[in-house]
Order: sequence, then structure tokens, then C-alpha cells
Amino acid sequence: MKKYFSFFRLRFTMGLQYRAAALAGIVTQFVWGFMEVMVYRAFYRADAEAFPMSFSATASYIWLQQAFLAFFAAWMMENEIFDSIINGNIAYELCRPVSIYHMWFARSIANRLSRAVLRCFPILFVTAFVPKPYGMEAPASLFHFCLFLLTLLLGLAVTVSFCMLVYVLTFFTISPQGLRMVFTSAVEFLAGAVIPLPFFPERVQRIMELLPFASMQNVALRIYSGSMTMPQMQKAIALQTFWLIAITLAGRLLCRTAELRVTVQGG
Amino acid sequence: MITMDHVCKSYKIAKRNAGFGEACKALFHREYEVIHALNDVSFTIEDGEMVGYIGPNGAGKSSTIKILSGILTADSGTVLVDGRVPYKNRIEHVRQIGVVFGQRTQLWWDVPVIDSFELLRDIYSISKAQYKQSLEELTGLLRLEELLRSPARQLSLGQRMRCEIAASLLHRPQLLFLDEPTIGLDAVSKLAVRDFILKQNKIHGTTVILTTHDMQDIEALTSRIILIGKGRILMDGTLDDIKRGNDSIDETVAELYRAYDI
Repeated sequence: MKKYFSFFRLRFTMGLQYRAAALAGIVTQFVWGFMEVMVYRAFYRADAEAFPMSFSATASYIWLQQAFLAFFAAWMMENEIFDSIINGNIAYELCRPVSIYHMWFARSIANRLSRAVLRCFPILFVTAFVPKPYGMEAPASLFHFCLFLLTLLLGLAVTVSFCMLVYVLTFFTISPQGLRMVFTSAVEFLAGAVIPLPFFPERVQRIMELLPFASMQNVALRIYSGSMTMPQMQKAIALQTFWLIAITLAGRLLCRTAELRVTVQGG
Repeated sequence: MITMDHVCKSYKIAKRNAGFGEACKALFHREYEVIHALNDVSFTIEDGEMVGYIGPNGAGKSSTIKILSGILTADSGTVLVDGRVPYKNRIEHVRQIGVVFGQRTQLWWDVPVIDSFELLRDIYSISKAQYKQSLEELTGLLRLEELLRSPARQLSLGQRMRCEIAASLLHRPQLLFLDEPTIGLDAVSKLAVRDFILKQNKIHGTTVILTTHDMQDIEALTSRIILIGKGRILMDGTLDDIKRGNDSIDETVAELYRAYDI
């Protein structure tokens, strides 16, 4: 366990040293969040009744999404992992007494955490002072806040285990381009990154909520402002746990197969 | 002890001629060629031996090293290293070995070298005392004091290689695979590295298998030489077996390659 924690620690400290990237990220996320809030304001003005969430809940959803972008953005994959497969540096990783899957998992979690830690606080702090209904609300209750933290971490783990599938599949395809494109677009759309899931038509929504994508950012961001009922929350957390276990097992199985037929590129 | 018994390994390689027309043709019909990287390779290496593994480019040297270190799976034949099949229980196996791939890097690119070392310490669960001792020894012998605090990306090739070698030896492996370890080293570092490997062998009884194109490495280090060409073992003997006359070793080896038509 300690060795995976060391991977985590090294990747985490490494992530903390990119200050300019963090600053640029914060600015981007402010601008993007502001834009989205404005767009929704226009919609809500037309007919506020037509929306499943209150405007201030939607604004909170957007700001939380921006603050924790690094947790859930499917496109933020570890390029170093792809590089090591493409250019053959994987040879070194394979001659370490560690499980490739666990090592990459620890690295990815660390990478996302370090990015989020640098970025989330300024965003959360500033938007907390933006006047209602444009800013971020306080959580619905302490209970909701605790569940928010729990589902946030579960969501992060589901996202990472999903990205792990892409890393492992790259062993078979060599180039990650196609896989990345498909996975990223699917995640962005189906996870509620483009528009929150409650905004989809009810029938579509019912299916979408069962998919693994809904177990990423959707749950935490909606629980925060209290827009889920108790049974809905229970079901969502159960689904998150289920998907985390299922995807991780699938990934590990795939990884074992890949390790046996790996070829090291580039001599 | 290392035994390879009738080991074969082949790769499937897509081939086509140059040009746009050929590229279009390959869209519909792809030609593959099966390359036999290893073709019925057998040898035995005893504990504490220092073996030079030589052969021209593409002969199968690196494939052998990768099979022995558990990275690649052999197609057929049996591989045993101290009673273990490397690729079957990879994690158990790699704990006992050290590998240097001269043309690759194991150091983390953006952080100081010492951070990579400490990660390796945790990966191999090296005790504090042993780590300190290994690090001091390696730092002294390979002259690393100045380098440890710089990020790996800002080191020159030779400086990095010295760090790479140290990184592979921190856990004191009993078995050391060196795949072209002296690439890019200046004369002083080269001598230091050779000296260092010899010492490891003398003091700790480390078994060393070395592939290189630098015949002076072979001359300085190894007592036994295995020559491989086109995936087959062509010769297994001592340096004197190869030399016979008193030619320079480079010419002798080139002649040998020509004689075997490899």
C-alpha cells in the first residue's frame, strides 16, 4: 500500500509545481462559469417554471462544476501514461514490483487532486460572495454537505476508473486518439458536463441515470443544493458504488490480459 | 541461475513499399511479415557470472533481456530465472532484478532525481539504513552529488545515464540486466560505470548480463560472451575464443558478423 501512496505523493507534489497552469485554469473557469450562468439566466427569464432546478441551484451546479473541473473532466487524462505505451518506456514500469493498474490509478487520482486543490479554493471563495442567485449558495444542510463530499470522492474514483479503461485499451490499439475522442465525448455529454442531467427529457434521463456516466459529477453537484430526494440519493450512491467496483474489476481484468501480450514499441 | 531452453519469440510487422500508391493499397490489403526475433535460443548462466551478449542491430538481444526481465512473454520454450518463470509471476520476479535500458528513462521528468530515487525506495520497500548506504555508495562511485537535486529533464544524456544506473541498483539486485548501459557516457563516467559494475560483481556476487555495441565494455567486464544473430545463438565462449589473433576487438567482432552472414 505504501508504494502506491508514494506514487500518489510524488504525482501530487509534481502537480503542485505548475503555478502558471493553475492560474490560467482559474481564469478560464471563471470566464466559462460566468458565461454559462448568463446563458441560463436568459433561459430562465423566458420561463423559469419550465426548469427542473431553481436558477440558484443551477448556478451552484455550474460553479461547483468549474471548481472541481479537474476531478471530472474526462479529457484530462495522463499523457505520460499514453506516451509510455507509445514510445515503449512502459518497459521500465513493467520491471517494478507493482501492479500497473494500481500504480496508474494512484497517479491519476493524485494528478486530479493536485489540480483541483490549486484551483477550487479561489473559485469557491469568490463565487460565495457573488450576489444571489448568480453566485454559489451554501449547501442545503450539513447532512447534504457530508453526502456531497462522499459522492464527490466516489465520483472522482468512478471517473478515474473509467479513464483507466482507456489507458489499458491503448495497449491494444497503440494510438490513444480514437479511443480518447469517443470516450471523452461520451462522458462530457452523458455525465452532465454540458447540461445537467435533469434538463434532459424524462425518458432519456431515466436511462442516463443508470449509466456509469451519471455516477461521475452528476450526483455530487446535485446533492449539494438539495435537488435530490432521499430515495434518489440512496439509489445514486448505490449506483456509484456498483459502477466503481464493476469498472475497476473490468479494468484490472483487461490489464492482466494486456500485460501478457504487450509489445514494447521502439526496440 | 538462468536457463533459457528452446525459446522462440516472433513479432508481426506490417510492411509496405514507399509512396502514396502503396499507402492506399495498404488500406485494403495489408502485408505482414513475421519476424523471428528469437529462434530456438538456449543457454544457461550460473550465479555470479558476467556475460556479454552481443550481436548486430536487430539480432534479438533486447528481446532476450525483456523476456528475462518478465516484460515480454515467450511464444514457446521455457525460461527459468532462479526457479521463476519471469512473465508468469512478474511482480515476484522483478523484485529480485535490476534493469537498465540505455535508451529509455525511468526518472520522473519534471522532479529532482532524488524524488525518483525515494519513490523507488518505497516501491522496493528498501529499509532506511540500506537506502542510505546504497545511495551514499552510488553517489560516491558515480559522482552524483551535483545531480541529485536537479530535475531529470535538465540533465545531459550522460549525467542522466549515471542517475539511471544508480536508480536500477538502489535495491541491490542479485541479478542485473544492462541493455546498452554506456550510451552517451564520457570517458571518465564510462570507466566509473565499468569499475562500479565490476565491484558489484565482486562484492555482492551480482550476476550481470550486458548487451552493448561497445566492445571495450565487453573486454573490461565480461568473461563469457554469447553471440546472437538473426535470433539464433551462434557462439558461446570466452573473449579469447573470439579474439584468437591480436586484432582489435572491434574488427574481430565485425569479421565475426561477416563470417556468420548476420
